[in-house]
Amino acid sequence: MTTKYNNVYLNETSTVTGPYESKGPFSKLYDKSYDEFYFNTKTWEQAESKLIDDSVDILLAKIGKTKFDIDLFISGDLLNQITASNYAASRLKIPYLGIYNACASSVEGLIIGANFVEQGQANSVITSVSSHNNSAEKQFRYPVEYGGPKRKTTTFTTTGGASAYLSQEKSDIRIESSTIGVVEDLGITDVYSMGAVMAPAAASTIYKHLSDLKREVGYYDLILTGDLGIYGKKILKEYMKVEYNIDLNNYDDAASMIFDIEKEPVYSGGSGPACLPLVTYSYILSEMKKGNLKRVLLVATGALMSPTTVNQKLSIPSIAHAISLEVVS
Amino acid sequence: MEKSRYKQIVDKHTPKENRLINVLVCFFTGGIMGVIGQALIDTYSNCLNIPTKDASVFMIVTLIFVGCLLTCLGWFDKIVNFCKCGLIVPITGFAHAMMSAALEYRKEGMVTGIGANMLKLAGSVIIFGVVSAWFFGLIRIFIMGA
Repeated sequence: MTTKYNNVYLNETSTVTGPYESKGPFSKLYDKSYDEFYFNTKTWEQAESKLIDDSVDILLAKIGKTKFDIDLFISGDLLNQITASNYAASRLKIPYLGIYNACASSVEGLIIGANFVEQGQANSVITSVSSHNNSAEKQFRYPVEYGGPKRKTTTFTTTGGASAYLSQEKSDIRIESSTIGVVEDLGITDVYSMGAVMAPAAASTIYKHLSDLKREVGYYDLILTGDLGIYGKKILKEYMKVEYNIDLNNYDDAASMIFDIEKEPVYSGGSGPACLPLVTYSYILSEMKKGNLKRVLLVATGALMSPTTVNQKLSIPSIAHAISLEVVS
Repeated sequence: MEKSRYKQIVDKHTPKENRLINVLVCFFTGGIMGVIGQALIDTYSNCLNIPTKDASVFMIVTLIFVGCLLTCLGWFDKIVNFCKCGLIVPITGFAHAMMSAALEYRKEGMVTGIGANMLKLAGSVIIFGVVSAWFFGLIRIFIMGA
C-alpha cells in the first residue's frame, strides 16, 4: 500500500549510541554516545530503555517542547514484548502505540506517525526505536561472554536509540510518501545470514513503491536499506536485477555504513531497529541539509522470526517498509 | 522466483569460511592446551608428590578455574573466538559455556536466573555425554565382557 503525503514534516531527530557506533564513521554526528553497555543502569534491558529515554529527552530539548505538548508516542524494539519501549512510555506518559516489525520498526513508526499527522489526528508525534547489542545477543543468540566462532555473514546488532519528531510545522525535510510492504519468504532458514533472509522483502517493497508511484529508480538520489550487511547488499542487487529487471545504482545499505567494518569486530555489518535511523538521522539528514541529497528512499527491513521458530527449522519470513524523504525547496 | 533459484543467488554471494586455516588453528591451539595440561600434571605429581591419577584431577580443576576466571574478566570470549575448537573441545570450553551463561542470567535471580540457565549451552554436553557413555559401555560389555 503506497500513500502520498502533502503536509508531513520531519522536523527534528535525535540519536544516542553505544561504544561501537561511536567508533564508526559518523561518530561526530550523534547527539550522545556511551562508552560502555550499562549506561548507569543495572541490566542491559534497562539500558536499552534508557536509550529511548535519552533520545526522547534530547529531541524534546532540541524542539523546545515538553512531553505534555506531544500527542502521540510510537516506539518499538527487539526485546520480548517490546519492554524497552514499554518502560520508556511508562516514564513519558505520552499516549503510546507500541509496534513490532523487528528491524523494520523504525520506518513502520514513521509511516504510522506520518498518517496520524497527515489526517490531522495528531499535531505532534514522536517515533522512537532502540536496539542494544547485548540484550539482543542474550535473547536471540548465545551469552555475550561466550566466544564461540561466528560466520562471516553474521551481523552485529547496533546499540542505539533514535527518535524523530513529526508534525505539520514546515521544515527542511518532508515525508513525501510511504509504502507498506508484504511479508516475503524464500525459504532461508539460516539465522546467521540475515541479509539473505531480508533481501527479497526489500526488493518487493522497492519495486511496489516505484511501480505504484510510476517512478524510475533514478528518481531518488539514494535508496537506503536498513540492515542487509555487505553480503545482503550484493544479494539484493542481483535479485532486483533478475526478478524485477531494475539496476540499483544509487543504492547503499545502512548496515554497511554504520561501523568501520575493517577495524571493528562486526562481521558483515550492523543490524537492529536502530541501525537505519542512526545512519539516517545523523549522516543522511546532514547530507540532505547540505544539498548533496534531495530525495532519499528509506527501506527498513525486518526478519520476523523468534528463537523458537529458528530452533524448529522454520524458514524465516521478512518484511520491508519504505518511506520517502524530500528536501523542501 | 523459485526458492532453489534464490538459493543459487544467495550461495553465489555468501563468502566461504576459511576451513583449512580454522582447522590448523584448532589443531595447534588444542595441542598447546594438551601440552599445558600435561605440564600441570607433571608439576602437581612432582611437587605435591601425588599419583598421576590425582594430579590429572588437579589439572582439570585448574583449567576449569582459569577458564572461568578469564571468562569473568571478559577476555576468554576473544581467546576462544580465535582458538575456536582448540579451546571449546577441552574442559575449558565446558567451563566457558557454563560461566558465560551464569554471568548472562545473574540479574534474574539465583534460582530463576543462574540456576535455570547455567546449563543452557553446556546441558546438551552433559546429556549426550551420559547417553553416549551408556552406549559405549554397552558395546564394551558385548566385546570385552563384564
